[in-house]
Amino acid sequence: MSDPINAIRIWLQGLLLSWGLSDGVVAVILAVIGVVALSTFVLVMDILLVWVERKVVARFQDRLGPNRVGPFGLIQPIADVIKLLLKEDIIPRGADKFVYNLAPILALATVLLLWAVLPLAPTIFGTDLSVGVLYIVAVGAISTLGIIMAGWSSNNKYALLGAFRTVAQLVSYEVPMVIAMLVPVILARSMGLNDIVQSQSIWFIVMAPVAALIVLITSIAELGRAPFDLIEAESEIVAGFHIEYTGMKFGLFYAGELLHALTVGAIVSTLFLGGWRGPGAETYPILGVFYFMVKAFFLYWVIMWIKYSLPRIRIDHMLNFNWKFLTPLSLIVLVITAVLDKLLPRSNMWIYAIGMLIANLLIIWVTLQILRSRARRERQRVAQPGPIATPELSMAVLPSSNPRQQTTPPSNPA
Amino acid sequence: MTFAQLIFIILAAMTLGSAFMVVTSRNLVHSALWLILALFGVACFFVFLNASFLAVAQVVIYIGAISILLIFAIMLTRRVAQDTAPPITGNWFWALVTSVLLFGVLVWMVSLWHGFQSTAPALSRNVDPLRQLGQALVSPNAYAIPFEVASVLLLAALIGSIIVAWEKRLGRG
Repeated sequence: MSDPINAIRIWLQGLLLSWGLSDGVVAVILAVIGVVALSTFVLVMDILLVWVERKVVARFQDRLGPNRVGPFGLIQPIADVIKLLLKEDIIPRGADKFVYNLAPILALATVLLLWAVLPLAPTIFGTDLSVGVLYIVAVGAISTLGIIMAGWSSNNKYALLGAFRTVAQLVSYEVPMVIAMLVPVILARSMGLNDIVQSQSIWFIVMAPVAALIVLITSIAELGRAPFDLIEAESEIVAGFHIEYTGMKFGLFYAGELLHALTVGAIVSTLFLGGWRGPGAETYPILGVFYFMVKAFFLYWVIMWIKYSLPRIRIDHMLNFNWKFLTPLSLIVLVITAVLDKLLPRSNMWIYAIGMLIANLLIIWVTLQILRSRARRERQRVAQPGPIATPELSMAVLPSSNPRQQTTPPSNPA
Repeated sequence: MTFAQLIFIILAAMTLGSAFMVVTSRNLVHSALWLILALFGVACFFVFLNASFLAVAQVVIYIGAISILLIFAIMLTRRVAQDTAPPITGNWFWALVTSVLLFGVLVWMVSLWHGFQSTAPALSRNVDPLRQLGQALVSPNAYAIPFEVASVLLLAALIGSIIVAWEKRLGRG
């Protein structure tokens, strides 16, 4: 009784075989049932997420949130779905119909694809892919494509601007994300997510806190959530790529975003927080599903916490933060982890973990020192009085006299 | 005809059909999207051949990087949707001759390979192709030198792009 999913699977297999079907057909039927069951479970949870998101936002903003329909407003998402289904479906003039209709499907489907490799419990998982980490990156690339298709096919300037920003942001943040995701791969000696969870007798967040933080930050950027929500910045480009979408097509984007946030929580908890690991999870796999969901929802809550606490960052800061801070930092972490992995003894996991932790703390300390000195220099630069336009100064701009003082170009305020 | 052959034919038709649409479609963005479908079909073939790493790498590199860069370049082109130049130019005859010749030579070269007659040996369960690939890339007996040369080339390209994009300091030029 400890593993109901596999018990049902074995019972069904026996039943189908007793009907006289061949092995291959039974395997295909079971796979189809598995896919339908997993995606239904995830999508039903997605409906619940609308309620969770609205309730949590309300608490962050000192409101009550939905509380009229059903107990604690739990039926509210159902009402929302009915409302979205009844809305008129508008296709803008000049839109590319096929691409326009395909984009929201891609946006939600790619998030569902991610659940194929996430191990919910030691015995409950979609598939044990040997290249699981790379698969997550590949699916993320396809989701970028969905947003670009939506932005381009809407025949709307704001939507196109949103698509441009998407490319700049998502493609850039993929670089440090992939590099930081290699750190748990080194620690586990495997790219398969099942192996990564299996080898976390000590959670990887202890051995690689910096990599965990980088993966979380870059994942939020991939989500396009605040503070990285330049893709749909309301005050600048209205709603970005989904500006023209109405009714359930908009609903698919919205549901995709919420589900993606939870999925990011699930991925980070798989890579760094031990996935389904917890007391008694090995003997009772159904407990593993519970632990996994608790960790995923905790990280989802952290993502919401960040979203509703921080303002949107400017586009040049966003790119500078990625290329001048996250990418070098993730490269340094990767190199140090790889070198230490060879130097430290793997036979004693505690010494190994403590060595990794000390190295990470040193990296954090050095990074903070560098940032502090940079900030001090920046404060001094800002504190200096800027040049005031006078006849003497405008003369001095000419290279004949005083060449050092006015060398700062006026076009570069950063 | 087995089930595997049926899937292979469907995949091959999808890949070739979308490759054909890449060159015939009037709209550049549509061409790029068809190209993505064709590349995805190739990734499906890798899955079919149990080469999961190559399949995922195909999606990451060709769909995630190259195609998105292509679409980005197309979207930055002015009035791309209104462009209605005829898809066939005056050079169609020589293009046809060259491509038929090239295709013929390729088919001839490939048909000389003896591997077509033999069936592939089944992979044993405890062989991890990913691990073997990784070790082959760093082993001096296998691909260490080509791998390093490619890395140096990419590094040179990266540094070159930084130099090209370098903001010129005032007073230097």
